[in-house]
Amino acid sequence: MPGDDNTKRSPRGEPFVWLTSLGLAAGLMMVAGLLWVIVTNGTDVFWPKRVAEVELREGAGFEVGGALTFSGKVDTERAKAGSKGETETKFYIANRDAYGASFKYIDDDAIASLSYPEGLLVIERMEYGRAIGYPVNLTAGDGEVVAADDPRFFEELDALVRHAEATRHEIEDLRRKKVGRLSRKLEKIALKELRLRDKHAGDEARLAAELAPLLEQREGLQKQSEEYARRATETEAALNASKLTYRLSSGGERTLEAGGLIDYYAPNTLGLGGRIGLFVSNVWNFLSAPPREANTEGGVFPAIFGTFVMTVLMSVLVTPLGVVAAIYLREYAKQGPLVRSVRIAVNNLAGVPSIVFGVFGLGFFIYIVGGGIDEMFFKTKLESGKPTFGTGGLLWASATLALMTIPVVIVATEEALAAVPRGMREASLACGASKWQTIQRIVLPASLPGIITGLVLAMARGAGEVAPLMLVGVVKHVEDLPMSTSFPFGLDQKFMHLGFHIYDLGFQSPDSEAATPMVFATTLLLVVLVVVLNLGAILLRERLRRRYAAATF
Amino acid sequence: MHSVTTSPIPDADMTPPDHTGGDGTCINVSDYSFFYGSSQALFDNNLDVPERQVTALIGPSGCGKSTLLRNFNRMNDLVDGVHHSGDITIDGRSIYSPDLEVISLRKRVGMVFQKSNPFPKSIYENVIYSLRIQGVKSRGELDATVERSLRAAALWDEVKDRLKDSALGLSGGQMQRLCIARAIANEPEILLMDEPCSALDPIATAKIEELITTLKKDYTIVIVTHNMQQASRCSDRTAFLYLGRIVEADTTETIFNNPKEKQTEDYISGRFG
Repeated sequence: MPGDDNTKRSPRGEPFVWLTSLGLAAGLMMVAGLLWVIVTNGTDVFWPKRVAEVELREGAGFEVGGALTFSGKVDTERAKAGSKGETETKFYIANRDAYGASFKYIDDDAIASLSYPEGLLVIERMEYGRAIGYPVNLTAGDGEVVAADDPRFFEELDALVRHAEATRHEIEDLRRKKVGRLSRKLEKIALKELRLRDKHAGDEARLAAELAPLLEQREGLQKQSEEYARRATETEAALNASKLTYRLSSGGERTLEAGGLIDYYAPNTLGLGGRIGLFVSNVWNFLSAPPREANTEGGVFPAIFGTFVMTVLMSVLVTPLGVVAAIYLREYAKQGPLVRSVRIAVNNLAGVPSIVFGVFGLGFFIYIVGGGIDEMFFKTKLESGKPTFGTGGLLWASATLALMTIPVVIVATEEALAAVPRGMREASLACGASKWQTIQRIVLPASLPGIITGLVLAMARGAGEVAPLMLVGVVKHVEDLPMSTSFPFGLDQKFMHLGFHIYDLGFQSPDSEAATPMVFATTLLLVVLVVVLNLGAILLRERLRRRYAAATF
Repeated sequence: MHSVTTSPIPDADMTPPDHTGGDGTCINVSDYSFFYGSSQALFDNNLDVPERQVTALIGPSGCGKSTLLRNFNRMNDLVDGVHHSGDITIDGRSIYSPDLEVISLRKRVGMVFQKSNPFPKSIYENVIYSLRIQGVKSRGELDATVERSLRAAALWDEVKDRLKDSALGLSGGQMQRLCIARAIANEPEILLMDEPCSALDPIATAKIEELITTLKKDYTIVIVTHNMQQASRCSDRTAFLYLGRIVEADTTETIFNNPKEKQTEDYISGRFG
């Protein structure tokens, strides 16, 4: 048979097809598994799931809030530790104010029945996470009470949600923007006062004369600031006169002041459209809102912004430096042992652990350079105990990462430069172009795709880095985004970062169960961000490549 | 339609192209030896290249034809560790004289390469590249140069409607003619061609050869070729090189019909090489 013939003649190395493909398959499976875990858990956070009302068996030793009935979202089921075949289920029971924790594990054996009552509401609050319960009534600011079975109830509740949001914006504007602006002015005045005291030390009369207008100004500002604070407090009190009362499944009524009410939904009656709408709005909130409650609730916008600004600043610093260095190495330097060893050193630099760069950044950029700048230009502020550049901040974090990623850019640029055909350089030189004109007009445009590839690799590495950032300016929470319209434009400010946010939420959070969903969501976001960055780079590179494709035939 | 404009930037180093005729010697090679590091590529060569004629350099691979050609505009300076003895003069001035800038030399001596090497730019930008690097901004002058050069390179009619398209979309023969147009946009006196047809099909080759015959009215042309027929068809004078030495240089007719040296005869009749 011809088939036998073929098997006999199969070449000796044939099994290696299997071995090599096995290696690839193992790698792919690990990556796919990782992505699966991140994507399912990350999107799960935003999906409005049904809420079950659970009846517990008497005498099983379990109760929630002192009762045998409670409501919660079914989370995960797992085998009980130290037992055979017994399982327990994790419930998201919310109502942290009443129950002390947002999650509880219940033995499956202890559950008597599960039901999905229609009247349950999930209420988003400013504090203590969500509440789950049955609405009882709504007390308006003028004392009017609308019961939950009144047809106007949900209309009124919707109106209250909108009113609460608008009012919170107003209060925030008063407290953060207006008062913040005043306190910055006050800070400047305090600095001026220090400077004057320095200048006229010993000349009491002159000092008093020059200080007088300053003090007057300060008094005015302080009064204004107090006025704003008072108005904010008044507005808040007026808002808090409206209250929502709800009853927990475990019994007991609780009252939520309107100031703490964000939104609500009925998890068991919501249609698919409503669920999708809520999902989208949850995602949007996550992306656009600042975090609340020790980062376990709210969004991650400051972290996205911080990551973005830092990455852009890093690219701005690393690109010119890396490209220029690579041009010298490849185009001008005489190729020899010295250049070869420089090249090896650059390659090795790429392998140095990132924390080393962090320590270097702290020691060099912050203490030496930043300290020097403060000493020279921000002396008064420094003497009042507030360093400007002598402490971690956006600029130094970007500079540290730029230093860390410079080998990536140099190596990629060098390769791109080397790939420009010799014929093209010779053509340019034969036209009477100087070396620099040739580099500038022919070599650089032709190697642009490769340079951009290197830059994106550097950006992806920089955006995902955490360890060095902890030393040079990343913090777990900031009130203000790292930007400003006046010098130094927020460059000296501390900022939030997605990578550090994950670490902080997952491993530094006081309530790790409550933070888990946010960890997954943030991880998913970071992965998506890196993928988008890479895709964008690939598209850009392909476009440039088509435009500057090398002439060969 | 086309008028020959004068060189855009008067160059102190450059005697203006002499268009009055006369057959003075344009390039003179005397006792010229050339070394790549320690290996010698050219041995005590002497050669006269007359003005406004086509001089062909022929010889087997590795005999030093291209090396000699690339020294006429000092392209070999780009290679590490090269040195030479003897001299090459153009219009009586040494190309190695210290007060002659290599950039101005290359403006006078244009070059077309074996592999066509248009820049990844538009056809228009390719032709005016040498003007761009000299900082010429006048739109009228650039347009005129493009038309004049492309007409001279017999490419104008084929590309006049797509000057803004990428040069990389042209066919191999068109690309090579574009490279010729680019070389003559600079108004050089001398045009060096390093096997310009080796990668082209016979029809494209015929076009380039025809072009060479037309161009010699205005330019002194030195062409390196492997193709004996090509040398006999389009050159006025031929030099035969073997192992880094010019064995014989004479009119093309003499070299092909009545060579003085045995080696030349053997090579031309195809007995070796």
